[in-house]
Amino acid sequence: MLKFLGGRLLSTIPVLFIVAVLVFMMLRLTPGDPAAVLAGDAASTEQIAQIRTSLGLDRSIPEQFFIWFGHVLQGDLGQSYYYKTEVTTLIGQRLEPTLSLALTTITLAVLVAVPLGVLAAWRFGGWLDKGLMAFSVLGFSVPVFVSAYLLIWLVSLQLGWLPVQGYRRIADGLGPWAYHLTLPTITLSLIYIALIARVTRASVLETLGEDYIRTARAKGLHESTVLMRHALANAAVPIVTVIGIGIALLIGGVVVTESVYAIPGLGRLTVDAVLARDFPTIQGVILLFSFVYVAVNLLVDLSYVFFDPRIRY
Amino acid sequence: MNLLNRLAAAAALTSLAFAAASPAMAQNNVLRVVPHSNLAILDPIWTTAYMSRNHGYMIYDTLFGTDENAKVKPQMVESWTESGDHRLWTFKLRKGLEFHDGKPVTGDDVIASLQRWGKRDAMGSALFQFVQRMDSPTPDTFRIFLGEACGFVLEALGKPSSNVPFIMPKRIAETDAFKQIEEHIGSGPYVFKKDEFKPGDRAVYTKNAKYVPRGEPPSGTTGGKRVYVDRVEWNLALRDAQAQVNALKNGEVDIIEALGFDHFETVKAEANLQLPKYSNYGLQYMGRFNHLLKPFDNVKVRRAAIAAMTQEPFLRAQVGVKALYRSCESMFVCNTPYGTTAGSDVQGKSSMRRAQELLKESGYDGTPIVIMKPTDLAAIQKLPDVAAQLLRQAGFKVDLQAMDWQTLVGRRAKKDAPDKGGWNMFLTAWTAADVWNPISNPTMDTRGEKSVWFGWPTDDKMVELRNQFMRATDDTAKKKLADQIHARAFEIGTHAVLGEYDQPMAATKNISGFFITNSNLYWNLKKN
Repeated sequence: MLKFLGGRLLSTIPVLFIVAVLVFMMLRLTPGDPAAVLAGDAASTEQIAQIRTSLGLDRSIPEQFFIWFGHVLQGDLGQSYYYKTEVTTLIGQRLEPTLSLALTTITLAVLVAVPLGVLAAWRFGGWLDKGLMAFSVLGFSVPVFVSAYLLIWLVSLQLGWLPVQGYRRIADGLGPWAYHLTLPTITLSLIYIALIARVTRASVLETLGEDYIRTARAKGLHESTVLMRHALANAAVPIVTVIGIGIALLIGGVVVTESVYAIPGLGRLTVDAVLARDFPTIQGVILLFSFVYVAVNLLVDLSYVFFDPRIRY
Repeated sequence: MNLLNRLAAAAALTSLAFAAASPAMAQNNVLRVVPHSNLAILDPIWTTAYMSRNHGYMIYDTLFGTDENAKVKPQMVESWTESGDHRLWTFKLRKGLEFHDGKPVTGDDVIASLQRWGKRDAMGSALFQFVQRMDSPTPDTFRIFLGEACGFVLEALGKPSSNVPFIMPKRIAETDAFKQIEEHIGSGPYVFKKDEFKPGDRAVYTKNAKYVPRGEPPSGTTGGKRVYVDRVEWNLALRDAQAQVNALKNGEVDIIEALGFDHFETVKAEANLQLPKYSNYGLQYMGRFNHLLKPFDNVKVRRAAIAAMTQEPFLRAQVGVKALYRSCESMFVCNTPYGTTAGSDVQGKSSMRRAQELLKESGYDGTPIVIMKPTDLAAIQKLPDVAAQLLRQAGFKVDLQAMDWQTLVGRRAKKDAPDKGGWNMFLTAWTAADVWNPISNPTMDTRGEKSVWFGWPTDDKMVELRNQFMRATDDTAKKKLADQIHARAFEIGTHAVLGEYDQPMAATKNISGFFITNSNLYWNLKKN
């Protein structure tokens, strides 16, 4: 187990290095000039050239890369061209809204989707199953911004229950935090509920046909025990995998939801950085996202041991 | 009570509980503004970005301002004298001017601020061609000694748009003009809360209780800057146009600085919302040619393009709301002090047939023109499509290239051929104050590759006319020269003006005190 863990942790180093090189090169090869963005609309070509020099963009690309990578190795992601703030500070400011939204979304999605999926599989072909399948199709098909606007119209503008936009930090109190996060969470969780419920249903359905389920029922176990302890536990691996991917995707930024609800998270930071050609910030957040993906995948792999004792590393 | 009613009651109670817990909602005297863009750079001298300029107006004061009718009036200055030969200007500062750190504003602060501004701003740079030296004989006085007379000293000091000559403490103003300042202390009506600034999220300003406003009513950037709210919060995260309107309807924000044209009628129909008038001149659309490259290195081709580009189609496509736009062939914006249509016949009386004739006469060889189209800037993204269509009708071969705005911004600085990353034409918009003066209007600089703005036209006669304008000290002579400059600009086809429009602002009905700012200024506003 420890050997597996060590190996996986070591494998993150080349992954992150390759990501760093790729992101750095792609940014330099795509059109757009950070200096021109910073200088403003009425700036002269001379002013733009001066800013380019001050940012070190007049140096060769390999030189720029090694300077940046040298700093990264020391834990310094550099300073944002656009905001003139340390990239780590910017990420720190944006991490809380993104993590909050990701965790509340995935929690709500799991709490709703897993029982729904299990029930649908249990009542295969019944109205609940058909309803869930219809909801899944709808959940996948309706774009997030459409469901967001519909929910805003109903819940905020017509009923006046929740705010239209904004985010309050946990430090401002749990009440305001939850008040502002409820609607974005519901919006975003719809698609994850559809996804997780569908996978849960399929996975549980498969296990319900296994011999050990028949044996469990023959032993006279209560149906809920059969479903939760025997069927769901054995169906957990694909469900956990989907949840893990969901967490990684959510932390990677949910740009549309963050835009519609004006949540200052990592998704918006990334988009702003791309639009402003803020190279250090883009490089920093992409490195973070890569790390998150690797870490979440590792945790998912480790979690398999708990759900399926046959798996050994 | 049925299930639905119980659910509704529970939700309402939860909502109330949440709302009571929200500190922001307890603040009634906070003006919550959605600015037109994101605030990233806090140094309004280092960049020309309008958001940085607006941030500057919150925390800094200016020596002079420009009123709603584009007249320059004193602001920090109490009185001033001008020597008979127009070479010595002596200014006395108002009493009670104080920076946010408690230190008085002195002539030395003014001199350092002007010197830094003069290194960055086009009009400032033009002024400093004349400045021999400056001094401050007493703390509340400063003098400008000119090598020769020039007629735009006050216009430069009262310049209302980027870069505005804001006055900073000397120690801050001494920062290298090509590095951003680190401290943000001014003597203006608001204090910037650096500790609450979250880039991309929000910027906060609190009332400067020590600020002593002028006695006159507010007008443009002049007059009394009276603050009736405790705080102004700029919501930098709320950038989706529909979400902005929803938040305004729901009372979560008080002002949307730049309402999307698509939402104009919706807001107009709402009883609790208003569309305050805040500008007399609005903004101007324009198309800029690259004078260095074929085919726009040929004046006849440029004039043919101008003739083809009548304004109405651009305005109808981009703005759409008739009440918000108007055709005007003045490069200095209609109804401004230098507003004129002298020499604009090529566009004003143009027709497609005339454009086709002009293009035929020019000997245009079919070289395709690359028009850069920004796909992500709603304010101007339809203009290139209209330009492409009109130019094709005139006989041009057009290559419309889509890109995001920042790619366009980077690419327009390139002088290479289009197939090597260059361009032939792009379209943009300016606030009136940026283009209403022949010196500050960047399109009028015709010093070829030394020109301050992209497009790099070359015309010695225009350079000479602008030099004469700078030296003219008589208003009648200046107006006459402005007319000549304008006519010459049309004659050589520096660019195409594509009409004027008003950018609507939306607010909730409980906000009062709006006045003509010709910009986005947040004093004199009351929240009831």
